[in-house]
Amino acid sequence: MSRILTLRDSLREAMSEEMRRDESVFLMGEEVAEYNGAYKVSKGMLEEFGAKRVIDTPIAELGFAGIGVGAAMNGLRPIVEFMTWNFAVLAFDQIVNNAAKTLSQSAGDFNCPIVFRGPSGSAGQLGQQHSQTFESWMANVPGLKVISCIDPKDAKGLLKSAIRDNDPVCVMESEVMYALEGEVPEGDYTVPIGVAAVRKQGTDVTLVSYNKMMLPTMEAAKLLEAEGISAEVIDLRTIRPLDIDTVVESVKKTNRLVVIDECWPFAGVSAEVTYRVQKYAFDYLDAPVIRVNSADVSLPYAPTLVDAYLPNAAKIVKAVKEVAYVS
Amino acid sequence: MAEVVSKSKKKANMAKKYSKETYLKWYETMLRIRRFEERTLMMYGQQKIRGFCHVYIGQEAIAAGMVTAIRPEDCVVTAYRQHGIALCRGLSSNECMAELYGKETGAVKGKGGSMHFFSKEHNYFGGNGIVGAQIPIGTGIAFAEKYRGTDNLCVTMFGDGAARQGALYEAFNMGMNWKLPVLYICENNGYAMGTSVERTSNVTEMHKLGASFDMPSESVNGMEPEEVHEAMERAAAHIRSGKGPYYLEIKTYRYKGHSVSDPAKYRSKDELNDYKGQDPIKTTEAKILNNKIATEAEIKAIKDKIKVEIDEATAFAEASDFPPVSELYTDNYVQEDYPFLE
Repeated sequence: MSRILTLRDSLREAMSEEMRRDESVFLMGEEVAEYNGAYKVSKGMLEEFGAKRVIDTPIAELGFAGIGVGAAMNGLRPIVEFMTWNFAVLAFDQIVNNAAKTLSQSAGDFNCPIVFRGPSGSAGQLGQQHSQTFESWMANVPGLKVISCIDPKDAKGLLKSAIRDNDPVCVMESEVMYALEGEVPEGDYTVPIGVAAVRKQGTDVTLVSYNKMMLPTMEAAKLLEAEGISAEVIDLRTIRPLDIDTVVESVKKTNRLVVIDECWPFAGVSAEVTYRVQKYAFDYLDAPVIRVNSADVSLPYAPTLVDAYLPNAAKIVKAVKEVAYVS
Repeated sequence: MAEVVSKSKKKANMAKKYSKETYLKWYETMLRIRRFEERTLMMYGQQKIRGFCHVYIGQEAIAAGMVTAIRPEDCVVTAYRQHGIALCRGLSSNECMAELYGKETGAVKGKGGSMHFFSKEHNYFGGNGIVGAQIPIGTGIAFAEKYRGTDNLCVTMFGDGAARQGALYEAFNMGMNWKLPVLYICENNGYAMGTSVERTSNVTEMHKLGASFDMPSESVNGMEPEEVHEAMERAAAHIRSGKGPYYLEIKTYRYKGHSVSDPAKYRSKDELNDYKGQDPIKTTEAKILNNKIATEAEIKAIKDKIKVEIDEATAFAEASDFPPVSELYTDNYVQEDYPFLE
């Protein structure tokens, strides 16, 4: 049995189910308790679990991320919510220098089973400081795992996996996708970290994306279908570890690849996917890989500039035609 | 300075208050650290030990006082000047020296080096290399103790340099607001690397930093184990009664530079000699002998024992192997089949 749930509700179900299952799991962050969450992801959780396990913090990202790290080293399983990953920049010392390195520094004596979660990426006309994507930043760090998925069913299963994982996991969500609806099964299930999903089968070109860029990517696939180009669409779901096998298998079939990635182009997720495809499927490629990224600039406020900055279906269709040598 | 000296004279008769066992414990703890650190410097000179290396010489009374003031179940986290703290928590000289050598028999298999010893067995949470980062971590360790309803506390140690980090403000605030069982200790040795306390803030009395959080705070003479012990015991009782954090500024001094590569030209010889005149090992030894707490033979037995221990630790480190290259990819993820990139 399944029902239609929003992403926000499915994420809440994931946290609540894991908190019922395991007493050591707790949620902390700004406005998560009495305010019911800045984006209502944690709505009602204070009522069910009480103030001991659903904890409002002051606006102190470095401090509460560090408290989460200490608690995780000492046997708990914290879920640390950032109102946005843009604010998590203040906590990067704790995420990068401590959560990611505790296991190595202690030679396996202390692990850090912590989840850092919150929205990443642009969310309307929010200006330069509130619009950044952080998948490539965090995925660069050994010791961390990075999930980025907006499909309500998969996001729930992945978040449950993240909470149960014995390593630190960064979970990237999206402010503008919290209301996205999808079918979500009843009952307990998990989705494994590190496995991509083929969202649409196709034969002529492979489109690889993740998070909310899946929407223009799926839209582009539909437009291309009408023009007789069959696109296979892969949702990475996890950025680190990256399921390159699924991508390579697809490219061996389609011989063409376009990567759609809201991260900036320089040393981003798209660069990593492209590198690995040229390494493992070089002989199968009939055209250079092309990527569609956010523009290599800070995102300004004006709507025309936001449109010009972000990947969209038209840009993706154009890129596909380029790799397919169709004018 | 003058104030500290006169205070210590006043306390000259305090010796009778503590048992022989306690005095010898303090003495042995301090002597172990001193001899270990002297050997560390020697072996660093011989390039057996590499990397950043910060020794604890001069600050030993803090470790000694802590040993008798808190329980083995309590947690401790500190910064990178940590050899002495690890030793006083019960890590062996062998595993600590082998770690400095980068050997596989080290406290963390040669993966941490001078700044990063850890031991779950001894509730020792490291050895943190980022100035001040351990202040929120220690607060989180205490959070977990309270969450589980234990009676344990977390001693969270940092230097005067770290006290200027924003992390302190955030952690102090949440620690107090949530009444967490954490004992914050600022080991004020006067210098943040080469910058004196006076040059880093207009607030030079570090214990005053607790006031803006209504945190009970004290300034303590860190050159005497008695005073450290008493202050920590008082603080621990307060914390265990459920009243939340306590903050001690423990005034101390490092005889050596910030790290092995620092000649410490930013301070005067007089200042150094002044502190050496209050050396906690010498004064404790004198107290023990003058008050007939133990005999010269007993003191000599401890000295001999420590000498053998440090010699053995050095030989152990020398004889041990470096970790095999296969260890490069271990301990990065708990997940055993994590697909590392080539």
